[in-house]
Amino acid sequence: MAQMLLKTPLHDRHIALGARMVPFAGWEMPVQYEGVIPEHLAVRTDCGVFDVSHMGELEVEGPRATTLLQATLSNDLDKIGPGQAQYTLLTNERGGIVDDLIVYRLGDFRYLLIVNAANRETDFRWLKEREVPGSDVRDVSDEYGLLAVQGPRAIERLGLPDASQFTFAEGEIDGIQCMVNRTGYTGERGCEILVMAEDAGVLWDRVLERGAVPCGLGARDTLRLEASLPLHGNDITPDTDAISAGLGWSCALDKEFSGAAELRELKARGPERKLVSFVMEEKAVPRQGMTIEGGGEVTSGTHSPLLDRGIGMGYVLADSAKPDTELTIDVRGKPRRARVVKRPIYKREE
Amino acid sequence: MAASESYPDDLNYHAEHDWARIEGDEAVLGITWFAQDALGELVHYEPPNEGDAIAKDSAYGEVESVKAVSDVIAPLSGEVLEVNAKVVEEPETVNDDPYGEGWLIRIRLSNATEVDSLLDVDAYKQVVAEA
Repeated sequence: MAQMLLKTPLHDRHIALGARMVPFAGWEMPVQYEGVIPEHLAVRTDCGVFDVSHMGELEVEGPRATTLLQATLSNDLDKIGPGQAQYTLLTNERGGIVDDLIVYRLGDFRYLLIVNAANRETDFRWLKEREVPGSDVRDVSDEYGLLAVQGPRAIERLGLPDASQFTFAEGEIDGIQCMVNRTGYTGERGCEILVMAEDAGVLWDRVLERGAVPCGLGARDTLRLEASLPLHGNDITPDTDAISAGLGWSCALDKEFSGAAELRELKARGPERKLVSFVMEEKAVPRQGMTIEGGGEVTSGTHSPLLDRGIGMGYVLADSAKPDTELTIDVRGKPRRARVVKRPIYKREE
Repeated sequence: MAASESYPDDLNYHAEHDWARIEGDEAVLGITWFAQDALGELVHYEPPNEGDAIAKDSAYGEVESVKAVSDVIAPLSGEVLEVNAKVVEEPETVNDDPYGEGWLIRIRLSNATEVDSLLDVDAYKQVVAEA
């Protein structure tokens, strides 16, 4: 069945580079160019670039934009000023995670939300339905391309000044105007560059000329799992909550937002299950949906190119969530040993 | 370094992208260049045990890349004489050399007439072209 897949502004570039293209969240995206492992290692040792133009961008504006977002997002926007960004959750009335996203405070009355591709329409409708007079939500995703440039040498290769994580500024790379966000999804230093869709192709070319290795969704997944960063739809969903997922730090429980009361209660009571990162002790690759003995489930799993072992994330009973706890995972009928590890599995050297 | 596409003409092939090198009443089995390319870099090989009986057209092991796992289908029936320990330790050997150092198992044939049902290189290339 031919499914109509959306294409990013860089689609032709991916084809020209010989990328293997796959459907992802309604988009035709590169899963790999040279191979997942070399791409992964390029990001860990030098610099890689990902086309993440499929992600959604929502703009929220107006004198009461803050009121709207404070009531719908879990983190406290009063903690950030213009030029700063924040990891936050869009929560439902049960405290479930509608999406996880990064909010950029463009001004006192204006915000940019960069959201997961699969949730772009859900998030837009969610916020639109909750608009208050004096707030306006717009989906501006089609106007932009987004490039994630990540790795220990990413900033140097782009010729950018040093800056703190979770800040952003207007910038210019080889004459191309863009918004440079000091954020990412790999556990490395680097940035995510928002650029007008019509300039995305030239920016991509310039970034490759500066020595970044093109990387696909395959490496994006192995990198984020090594960094113990959850993926919405796998590890966190509308039916899971921030406390169980270990994302309580992104919830300002001293303010009111959708599901805040439920999360406070859950925190006081203690969650039944917790999301953990684990490393396989035996040769095996854990996969989403595999059972963890004693009432748990793998939500993401892969092979870690850095450790050369299987790694993953999953929910386990709270008393099995402590680092060093041994787990048994059912790998297609074979019991395989794993060990809970402190998050993140991989932490870069400062 | 990944090998470039090739299908040696001294091998027998199975449409599930496996090859067999017949050596008297024994055979060495592996997966084709096409199979390893479709999977990407292999990171895990789950072999059968030596002494196991394997049956033509049934799975005898698993190969796994970062993104996907795939059964390995037996092109012939027989008893497992040897598992390639190098591939267990370094599964990427299959990507580097699918017909040489990347062989998976050696078996003793239990039904030599099955060899006649396998594809020759031209027939297999036709399978690949239509894949």
